Order: sequence, then C-alpha cells, then structure tokens
Amino acid sequence: MTVSKWTAEQVARKVIDNEELFILDVRNSDAFEDWKIEGHKFEYLNIPYFELLDGVEEILPQLPNEKDILVVCAKEGSSVMVAEMLSEAGREAAYLEGGMKSWSSYLEPIKVSDLEKGGELYQFVRLGKGCLSYMVISGGEAAIVDAVRFTDVFTNFAKEKGVQIKHVFDTHLHADHISGGRHIAAETGATYYLPPKDATEVVFDYTPLTDGLIVKIGESQIDVNALYSPGHTIGSTSFVIDNQYLLTGDILFIDSIGRPDLAGLADDWVGDLRETLYSRYRELAEDLVVLPAHFMIIDELNGDGTVARNLGDLFKDNHGLNIEDEAEFRRTVTDNLPPQPNAHEQIRQVNMGKITPTQDEQTEMEIGPNRCAVR
Amino acid sequence: MNVSKTIDATGLSCPMPIVKVKKAMDTINSGEVLEVLATDQGTLSDIPAWAKTGGHTILEQKTIEEVLYFYIQKS
Repeated sequence: MTVSKWTAEQVARKVIDNEELFILDVRNSDAFEDWKIEGHKFEYLNIPYFELLDGVEEILPQLPNEKDILVVCAKEGSSVMVAEMLSEAGREAAYLEGGMKSWSSYLEPIKVSDLEKGGELYQFVRLGKGCLSYMVISGGEAAIVDAVRFTDVFTNFAKEKGVQIKHVFDTHLHADHISGGRHIAAETGATYYLPPKDATEVVFDYTPLTDGLIVKIGESQIDVNALYSPGHTIGSTSFVIDNQYLLTGDILFIDSIGRPDLAGLADDWVGDLRETLYSRYRELAEDLVVLPAHFMIIDELNGDGTVARNLGDLFKDNHGLNIEDEAEFRRTVTDNLPPQPNAHEQIRQVNMGKITPTQDEQTEMEIGPNRCAVR
Repeated sequence: MNVSKTIDATGLSCPMPIVKVKKAMDTINSGEVLEVLATDQGTLSDIPAWAKTGGHTILEQKTIEEVLYFYIQKS
C-alpha cells in the first residue's frame, strides 16, 4: 500500500466541498480536544502516536474501509511514521504535509461578490484558525482588512489580480492572531490604519482609523466607510463597503458576539459592546451582509465556503443580539467566558510592535482556536 | 537522584525523541531513572503524556539553555 501526502489546500477543499474524510489524529489527547481539523462530514479517531510505537494492529478495526484516511499530527513527523505503519499493515493512508502547523497557516481566498462597476470582494478564510481577512478590489487598486501574518498570500493575490494595494486596515488590535497589516503596508507603500484608541502603546507609525473616515478604492470609487463600534476593544471599528457589506471585525460574528475581556477590561467595555450591538448596529440597513473577522464553528460556513449572513437574519437568530435584559447581557459576556486564546497577551505585544518573535515562535503563539467570541 | 541511563535526543524532532526514550526505557529496571535531553518543544507535552500511559513517573523537568531535561522513573 502507498503512503500519500496531502497539502492543507487539499484538506481545505474537502471541508469546503462538504466531503467525507476520516482523520486519524495522532497528537496527544489534550491537543486534540483543544483544537482539530473541523469538517462537516469528517470523522475522527484520536490515538497518540506514542501508543502506536509497537504497532497499529489494535486500531485497524476502527478504521473505515470506504473512506480516505488522513493521519495528522502537530508538525508531520509522527503522522508519516503512523501512515507508513498503516501502509505496511495493508491499509492505504495519507498524511498531512506540515501537520497542524500548516493547517493553521493555510488561507483560502474565496470571492464573496462582484461589486459595482467591476469591483470584487474577497474573503480569505483561514480554516485552521477561524480567521477571516478581506480584500476589496476595484479599478487597479486594493484595500485589505484584518490581514493575517502570511503577507505574501495577500501581495501575491494582488499581483495576480494586477492591482496595487493602497490601504491596509486593522479593525482593532488583535489578541488571537498576529496581524500582517503593517508589514504589507511597509512592503507595498500602502497606508496602514489602526484605531487610535487601540494604538496607545504601539511603537510604529500608523494612520488613525476614525469614525466616519471614507476611503475610495480605484476608478469606480468603491466606498469603504469606517464606523466606530467599540466593545471587543475600545477602538474596534467596523466598515461598510459599497453600501452592501458590513465588516464587523470581532464585534459581531455569525453565531456569537465578541468578548470584551481580551485586553483585561471586560467590565469597562461591556457597556460599549452593548451600545454597539443594540444601538449602533440597529440603525444600519438590515440587508447589509455581515462579514466578520472570525468564525468559531464549521457550521458558520456557507455552502461556498464563505462566512457571511444578512444583518437582519442575525438580529433574529444570533443569541447575543437577543438578550433584552442588560444585566443578563453583562453576565453573559463577563462571567463563565471560554478560555482566552493561546498566548493572547504576547500576541498583543507583537501587534503593538513591542516584541518581534521568530516565525517559529509566532507559529507556536498562534496554536489553537481563536476564542474571540462569547456564545 | 541516581540516573541509570541518559538519552540525548537534542536536535531530533517528533516522533524520534519518544521512540528513543521508549527503547531506552525497555533496557532499565523498575524504579531506575532515565535522563532525557531534548530540544523539540513538543516533548514538553508528549513525554509526560507518554509516561502516564506506561505508569512511569516524571521526577523532574527543567530547562537549561534551551535544552529540556526529563528525569523519568520506570514503573
């Protein structure tokens, strides 16, 4: 039997195309329970590789015959070993190239929609981490919102599209992942914007992203309008693009809302979060399509792999938008919160420019799910 | 602490440190202590998890100049 190698891109296709896959995850149980490759129709078996050193015979009956089997580990080494052992035992198996490390890094660009006068809007879905970045393209120019740290994905995509990156925005100072925003701006000569209230400690130059700022992209003058919407952080800012799309950052997700505690100020910011979700957003058109900066569970993906839903639908279905009692809302977003993202305080320091870890250290910091939401 | 055997797994990446540790463990007697040197950060979670499945005890874990030291007493 043969051992084949799958890339993160191939696995992403399985997720988006809603296909079946059997994942034999050979990391230790804590790591598996904390974070795994999520797919609508994926099945899992978690057996740490160190329990398989004497052979894989014991687990053979637990492996399906009719499905592809993908062996996954943290970085690749153990999954190669186990896939080879399965192969010797007569079972065909593949391993994931680069392991969970490459899964965490992979970005799938998906077109959300065409915009007025030849413009396009893309969502970059980082399936392994649940991060969503955006690129607006129009008339030879591009704007990027909430870019993750893999800057070449964005600059290469812009090259392919033949557009020049002019504006790079971060909706807030991220705590769950490392921003690529200012690096893309430095590389391309674009303007980098950050909300000033989130930037009091940053050690680099930036252009203040303030309420009401309007940037026009390309000849067709696609509007990118900033809307101050604090609560996840004190500076959190949303965008309305082309009067059709609402980029909510980490304030509002499809099936959850932003948590106010990642900068250590939950009690101070819960009122802002309430005000944004229950007043500011209520004044917006309900047919705006919400495009958040994260998803938490695979069920939030649409059939085409995008994460997007009408604001009006969210007002009806999103639990976090339907807590009438203010005291109950306060309790929901400050008590019994899920664990904070891995290394969130260090990640904030990186995004402020205060520390500059190596690529490997950055990968370690970003291990695990994003955990920016409260449900 | 009396160390019966030392394994140098520095520079090796997963799964090799555990493969070496397991082989060495098979050569020492119950109650004896194996010293392991490693640099793969994954060993910080994997060696204790592996030891637990075999009932072995981690007597000590320390880090000196980026080298991880484990002292494992065989069950």
